[in-house]
Amino acid sequence: MEIVRSQRSRTNTPNDSVSTLPLYRYAPQLEVRLEDFEVFAMDRLRVLKGISDALARGKRPEEMENLVRDLWKANMRHPEASEDVNKDIISHFVLRLVYCRTEDLRKWFLSMETALYRYRFLLGSSEAKRALMEEFDLPCKAISRTEFENAKEKLEQVARSFDQPLPTADAIFYKVPFEEVPELVAGRRVYIHKGHAYVAMHQVVSLVVTQFRSNLSKALILTNRKWTSTIREQERDRLTPIVEALSMSYLGPDYSQTKEFGEISIKDLDQLARSSFPLCMRHLFDKLREDHHLKHGGRMQLGLFLKGVGLRMEDALAFWKAEFSQKVGAERFDKEYAYSIRHNYGKEGKRTDYTPYSCQKIISSTPGVGDHHGCPYRHFSEENLRAALGRMGVGSRAMEDVVDKVRNRHYQLACTLTFEAVHSSSCDAGINHPNQYFSDSHKILQPKVEIVI
Amino acid sequence: MTKEESKNGSDDMLIDGPKQGNVIPDGFNPNYLKVYYGRLFPHADIFKWMSYGNDGRHPACDKSYFGRREFSFTLDNDIYLRFQSFNSESELENSIKEKCPSKIDIGPVYSVDPAKRHAYAQGGDNVFAPVERELIFDIDITDYDDVRYCCSGADVCLECWPLMTVAIKVIDTALRDDFGFDHILWVYSGRRGVHCWVCDGKARRLTNEQRGAIADYFRVYKGNENSNKKVSFPGPLHPFLVRSYTEVLREFFEEKLLLSQNLFSTEERYEKILSMIPDESVTSELRGKWQENRRSSNSKEDINFFRWEQLKNTLQSGKQKVQGLRRCVEEIVFAFTYPRLDMEVSKHRNHLLKAPFCVHPKTGRVCIPIDPKDCEELDPTTVPTLSELLRELNTGDSRMDVDNEWEKTSLGKSIRFFRSSFLQPLLKSCKEEMESGYKAKIQQTKNSLSW
Repeated sequence: MEIVRSQRSRTNTPNDSVSTLPLYRYAPQLEVRLEDFEVFAMDRLRVLKGISDALARGKRPEEMENLVRDLWKANMRHPEASEDVNKDIISHFVLRLVYCRTEDLRKWFLSMETALYRYRFLLGSSEAKRALMEEFDLPCKAISRTEFENAKEKLEQVARSFDQPLPTADAIFYKVPFEEVPELVAGRRVYIHKGHAYVAMHQVVSLVVTQFRSNLSKALILTNRKWTSTIREQERDRLTPIVEALSMSYLGPDYSQTKEFGEISIKDLDQLARSSFPLCMRHLFDKLREDHHLKHGGRMQLGLFLKGVGLRMEDALAFWKAEFSQKVGAERFDKEYAYSIRHNYGKEGKRTDYTPYSCQKIISSTPGVGDHHGCPYRHFSEENLRAALGRMGVGSRAMEDVVDKVRNRHYQLACTLTFEAVHSSSCDAGINHPNQYFSDSHKILQPKVEIVI
Repeated sequence: MTKEESKNGSDDMLIDGPKQGNVIPDGFNPNYLKVYYGRLFPHADIFKWMSYGNDGRHPACDKSYFGRREFSFTLDNDIYLRFQSFNSESELENSIKEKCPSKIDIGPVYSVDPAKRHAYAQGGDNVFAPVERELIFDIDITDYDDVRYCCSGADVCLECWPLMTVAIKVIDTALRDDFGFDHILWVYSGRRGVHCWVCDGKARRLTNEQRGAIADYFRVYKGNENSNKKVSFPGPLHPFLVRSYTEVLREFFEEKLLLSQNLFSTEERYEKILSMIPDESVTSELRGKWQENRRSSNSKEDINFFRWEQLKNTLQSGKQKVQGLRRCVEEIVFAFTYPRLDMEVSKHRNHLLKAPFCVHPKTGRVCIPIDPKDCEELDPTTVPTLSELLRELNTGDSRMDVDNEWEKTSLGKSIRFFRSSFLQPLLKSCKEEMESGYKAKIQQTKNSLSW
């Protein structure tokens, strides 16, 4: 008689819990100790923060998979292996409470949890993937032999375009409405015909992730509602202080409030651009001085940066007007451009006070014809980059290091090295935000605090 | 009718004496516009289109639908009126006739009447947000300035206009064959580009993310003056790009553009192409041949064809082993000919786009629809202008049925095309969708009631 092994006994492989993916559909009906409440959440937060940093540094998908496995192993294992799954679920739901409360927090949490889910899914076996797909109830159908034969040539073309092995005769493809797999469509990673995308087994993650993201996004809105209406008050003395403390701890300053070094004036701008602007902003600034114009992307990136640096709205209006009127005239400036500057400062429309862009956002933007925004370390040709760095005063030795980082797609590290070369001092934290570059630079160049009477 | 003194050919003159000398000088002014909106602009067709079948009597019709659509008017003194909305065809028509906007833009359909937007919150359930919007594309020839030598900026001529024709063919085929869309309207933007409106229900309901994905699917040209190579194919091409290349782009480049733009005729021009080849030995070999110039070239064959053949031969002559050269020919062809879309226009649902049949203030030309199956026929230099149309109205047969005055003019062809090729099939499909959706709903109610 065969001994049937109990389903619940788990083999002691370290990878096990990382790819045992819960669905996070309902909050667990468990009793949780208050200390665990906080500790579990902080452990998970370490994982999410690790993912966030890695993405900002432009790590490749294979590196991310390994990173996630390591981060999970380091932080999410419970002394009792059977409790791993509970820790997973509990920590997720606690963080939902923490990160549901504002749009920015929700956006960050959504991105990181989705990335985490994606890589955990990829780490799982084919069987695990197939099972999870069924749970998700996705609108996809495996294609028939005939359909495969008809589409074979195109499917092969797609595979070749990404250096993937050609689909074999028994390869499984899913036919899915293209709306369900926007990332695959955007990257031209699938063959699309009459509104259906032909998704390979290894791409199925995109479907799952899109669903996961959509579910979590809706859930966060609901959680926020519950939090505001009942939980926050009910838990005033118990959970609320913990939840509020947790959200402060891991996101860096966003430079939307300029506090430290007071305001700067227009006449300082040229000199500050030369001494303290990161390359992306210096390039925009120089182009603006040269062409007396910038396209929308450039106006946003530079405009918000200047706001973060301490340029008052009235000064900003004067500055942009002085430049633009040389190209389009003062009247046209007032009519067409002044409004959006005021908009950036939160004085128009729905009055959002817009935040200066972080490196992550700038690196992922897509400058087109006539644009000068984006990250120059990413978009400049090597020749142009070297010339620009030379103008900043980067020596030949440092330049080689910078160019080397760029070749390996470490754009923020390249910028950090530039900073270090230009200021002859080290920047241990690394550059994550253009305004951080500016404030660090400012601190070095103006060590004495002026006493304002 | 009072005979008022007026300075230039005003509407009085047109109404009183159609057979008088056609003294309608070219141009664009409020008086002409008034006549245009009064007698030629197809208000009813725009209303029917924007209603998507909801103006009928079927129980499934949403009576609030048209009223939730945003329009915006640009008035003569550059005053810009946003969030205009109308509850009926006559409200729309009267407002246009009264305000005489120099430009009419169409925005999305919102969750509530835009006029009531201030009553709604930014977040939560009761939000003022777009719920439907056509999938739109805007292609402007100024985005091709780095690859056309005949014109620059706002100018356009018959040598460079074919770039727009090619863009229409590539995108239209993809929208139909790849994405499965059927109800697509292409419109001349009035001066230097084309607009595309995809009106299928599926398209109108796309989210911003999905629109961004489609725009990225179409994106090939990346970069600006700071990067050398704007088109880069690290691997073999996706089926969509293969089809575009073999069916449209290659032939266009080799048989039309090479010649019309004289891409190899001067050093400056051929250097631009050489800068797209990342191999010194190839570029110096070619440069060497071309600097010798006239002596060696075959006098019968055009210098552009000749040099292009030389380039292809050099690239394909076994240097394929070198990375980055294998698809250099395609990269060059795509760099010059592949459509360059404005990503931002397509990605955001709340983006406004100029309505078809508007008149462009700077050129006086009407934004007429373009038949994608026949797009080579469109000549931007002969598109009807406002003053031409008014002249035609003047000399037209005054006994004709007043309801269809546009039939007397060149606008007639465009409106007939709009109706037969676009509006009627669209409305038919809307009706079918509405009916089947309604039946399904009824069935569902029945099912849930039965135990």
